[in-house]
Amino acid sequence: MANYKDIIDNCKSTKGGIIEAFHALQEEFNYIPQEALTEAARVFGLSEAQAYGVATFYSYLSVEQRGKYIIRMCESAPCHVAGADEVIKAMEDYLGIKVGETTADGKFTLELCECIGQCQATPVISVNSKPIFNVTAQQIPEILGQYK
Amino acid sequence: MNMAEEMRVLLEYADKINPESAEDYIKVGGYEGLKKARSMERKDLIDEVKRSGLRGRGGAGFNAGMKWSFVPQDVPVKYVVCNLDEGEPGTYKDRMICQKNAQALLEGMAICGHAIDSNQGYIYCRGEYPFVVELLKNAIASAKSSGVLEDFDIEVRMGAGAYVCGEETALIESIEGHRGEPRFKPPFPGVEGLWGAPTVVNNVETLACLPYILVNGADWFAGIGAEKYPGTKILTLTGDINNPTYFEVPTNYTLRDVIYKLGGGIKNGKKFKAVQVGGTSGAFIPEQNLDTPIDFDSMSAIGAALGSGAVLVLDETRDIVDVVTRISKFFEHESCGKCNPCREGTFRCREMMEKINSGKGSENDMDNILLLSRVMQKAALCGLGQAAPIPIESTIKHFRHEYMRKVL
Ligand SMILES: Cc1cc2nc3c(=O)[nH]c(=O)nc-3n(C[C@H](O)[C@H](O)[C@H](O)COP(=O)(O)O)c2cc1C
Ligand code: SF4
Ligand code: FES
Repeated sequence: MANYKDIIDNCKSTKGGIIEAFHALQEEFNYIPQEALTEAARVFGLSEAQAYGVATFYSYLSVEQRGKYIIRMCESAPCHVAGADEVIKAMEDYLGIKVGETTADGKFTLELCECIGQCQATPVISVNSKPIFNVTAQQIPEILGQYK
Repeated sequence: MNMAEEMRVLLEYADKINPESAEDYIKVGGYEGLKKARSMERKDLIDEVKRSGLRGRGGAGFNAGMKWSFVPQDVPVKYVVCNLDEGEPGTYKDRMICQKNAQALLEGMAICGHAIDSNQGYIYCRGEYPFVVELLKNAIASAKSSGVLEDFDIEVRMGAGAYVCGEETALIESIEGHRGEPRFKPPFPGVEGLWGAPTVVNNVETLACLPYILVNGADWFAGIGAEKYPGTKILTLTGDINNPTYFEVPTNYTLRDVIYKLGGGIKNGKKFKAVQVGGTSGAFIPEQNLDTPIDFDSMSAIGAALGSGAVLVLDETRDIVDVVTRISKFFEHESCGKCNPCREGTFRCREMMEKINSGKGSENDMDNILLLSRVMQKAALCGLGQAAPIPIESTIKHFRHEYMRKVL
């Protein structure tokens, strides 16, 4: 695993680049670990409280530990009318967790999100930012079964 | 099948050229507009864009050339910022422009750069599109290495899942590495924007029109579509429609034709109930207004908005109150919390909508929502809070009977 200090150092020259650094950290760890947040605040000249304020403002960023695969279900109106609720239910049943939780083996975190801009194929979920189209409740075991 | 109905300007070469390749784009006439722009005096260039009648495609419909003319000239550093936040639910037209014709966007930014004397551009791309960020970085590298951009540089920054960051001053805050909370206006970004420097913020589609305006002339553009909002518009169709896809049409195209010609009509042979145009912050429009053209002013005249060009169609079986309740949750979730009318207002709207939707509300709740709606539209700091109650207000107006079925 890459060192969080190196990851932050790589973004140091980007003006106002703390959000870029957070993205790079999440790419590696799937969330922003506490010590990395402290380091990012130092590098970008912010107080820790300010850095925390930035990290918690954005729904894509997380300061809580998350699973290896982050599943996000779009709940916006077009996906809602296309049956998002049934897909959420199917995922909760299949994973044995509720929205916002992570499976005990640390594999999956289930989150809700708003439109991810793939509305030609509603309802849409994404797994680690990769969109999956026209999802039905029946397909959930098959789709999620592919993630090892 | 629908190509005959469409009018493709920005998407003419979709899937025929590699959007990352400057060479491909140059082969079909690309970067001629920039050449022409650079041969012009700044003032003449701004006048040409003004005369074309090009108005913002990001929702506010402001004349692009006019916006540029407010940028002071006696300041050394200025920025061109492209708004690719595209957070409005049901919208993916800016993604399509990038995936089909990214070089036109880069060319448009460089044209704007010449007009306001800036050599630094930023593209703020939403966090949900990491693959578009990659594409754009490759497209920029290709354009830079071919030399067409000369000294104009473009950097891509990524958002992180906040709808409010599409608001131009929140977007600027986010590029600066802050929480994406809107600023008080004035000062407007054109005078004091990114890092305090004059900044033009334009939508992807607005910028991508520029090369075609320069090559074909302001009169050509002004002659397409609606007189006061000329050009083409890319629409994205969702919901109960046979062809849920994107289309580029002249701006005088009517909603009815969008739904029945391009959209192929309502799915499963059902009847039409309502259409929401402009994304989740738009008004719901009933059958009797379907003959309205989609342009900015015609939509405003019926109390709706063209917005981002998203078109959500609902069939006769849909529960409007349920859909609007879902939308009210969106706004509660996305309110940045900076100002009270929106922070509290979106919370109360959601609360009252859930109450009504679950059969526990009364007509009194509806009156309260309408009162709150007036307060939010007048007192919220940014467009998010101002638009949040519009889906509720418009449905109470046009589909009151559906609410009445649910209230005590
Ligand atoms: C809550 C909110 C969200 C917005 N989202 C976007 C967006 O995603 N894309 C966009 O181009 N404009 C968006 N806008 C409009 C921008 O503030 C701004 O008007 C626009 O980028 C200007 O570009 P234009 O003149 O080319 O339309 C949003 C406005 C508000 C209030
Ligand atoms: S209207 Fe809403 S989103 Fe806009 S500044 Fe106020 S609280 Fe934030
Ligand atoms: S509404 Fe779900 S992806 Fe756009």
